Amino acid sequence: MNRTTLDLWVGIFVAAGFGALLFLALKVGNLAAFSTAQTYEVHAKFANIGGLKVRAPIKSAGVVVGRVTDVRFDNESFEAVVTMNLGAEYKFPRDTSAKILTSGLLGEQYIGLEAGGDPKNLNDGDTMRLTQSAVVLENLISQFLYNKAAEGGTEGKAAAKEGKQ
Amino acid sequence: MASATLRGLVERLGATVTARVWRLGFAARFLFYLVLHSGTALRRFSLTIREIYFAGVLSLVIILVSGLFVGMVLGLQGYHTLQRYGSSEALGVLVALSLVRELGPVVAGLLFASRAGSAITAEIGLMKATEQIAAMEMMAVDPIARVVAPRFWGGVISMPLLAALFSAMGIYGGYLVGVKLIGVDEGAFWSQMQAAVDVREDVLNGVIKSFVFGFAVSWIAVFEGYDAPPTAEGVSGATTRTVVTSSLAILALDFILTALMFTGGNGL
Repeated sequence: MNRTTLDLWVGIFVAAGFGALLFLALKVGNLAAFSTAQTYEVHAKFANIGGLKVRAPIKSAGVVVGRVTDVRFDNESFEAVVTMNLGAEYKFPRDTSAKILTSGLLGEQYIGLEAGGDPKNLNDGDTMRLTQSAVVLENLISQFLYNKAAEGGTEGKAAAKEGKQ
Repeated sequence: MASATLRGLVERLGATVTARVWRLGFAARFLFYLVLHSGTALRRFSLTIREIYFAGVLSLVIILVSGLFVGMVLGLQGYHTLQRYGSSEALGVLVALSLVRELGPVVAGLLFASRAGSAITAEIGLMKATEQIAAMEMMAVDPIARVVAPRFWGGVISMPLLAALFSAMGIYGGYLVGVKLIGVDEGAFWSQMQAAVDVREDVLNGVIKSFVFGFAVSWIAVFEGYDAPPTAEGVSGATTRTVVTSSLAILALDFILTALMFTGGNGL
């Protein structure tokens, strides 16, 4: 094996390796999304964010318009402060409302934006006023059970009355 | 009588532990010396290129074939489980994440340890047994700079590339089985994968893992070779130890790295 063929093989190997890395980065991962695009930052306070994580998508009308960049706990209002980066090409009115939603039955949580009617748009660093927290399954179930129990209670009383009469 | 055997046991245990710690210290000093004298390996890069050929290019076949089959098995098994929950479109996510985060670096590292690491140990051990290393020292050629460092850096450079090829090949294997054979929707396969795999979080962490494994395996391989008793028995023992120690090191390091990298959001 002389030097030149050996160099050729190593060259092919290194090129293939970097090709594989590029494949992993571009075809498998999502390098392109929002890494270089212009963005602006908006905050929103939620009473409960459920399982929302950093990098979760922000969607409006089902289209991804940004990503969650930070989740903090505000020690004064005892609420969660979510910081999100929205693409600069997407403008939203000041009274846009933010909801924490779940994709699918057991899917990832994301923030859904619903545009309002304010003529002024949200600017970098603004805070959204209208928010709706994540639905916590335990609360939902306990509410359901409570309602059932209340219904059962009135029915029971009605039945007892009927029994007396 | 009982206390005498107990004492013997404790003494043996102590001796074993001391020997291990001693060896670890020597290995650390060896690594330090090796890195300090890597100038030659980097200046005369053709030496390192030759070792990349032996460690990397010659491992290509086993890496590519294993990657393809691991990916195909992941595709089959993943589909079998996912279709029960009616989410067979998530097959791409399952295959890509398991390969990029875990299987790619770990399995490629294990294969690299047994294919290239053992060869490096055997080569250096035999050079020592046939007194080539002593001869180099006689000629005032530093054997660590001339023999050990190129092999070490060749391994460190090859390993991340091999792991990336393994992952890419595995994803292609998963694609072959999932999309071409079983008939999962091709668009969903790729788009869900792209939505779920993050370049920095998943791909880059996988590359860091494979780099760490390459470093560990190469270090263990050159050290075991250099430290091998210069006999046929010693070289065979050192080769075995390279494979066993590197495999254990890869698995232990993988646990530590995974715990550091993928513990979620804010580290709580």
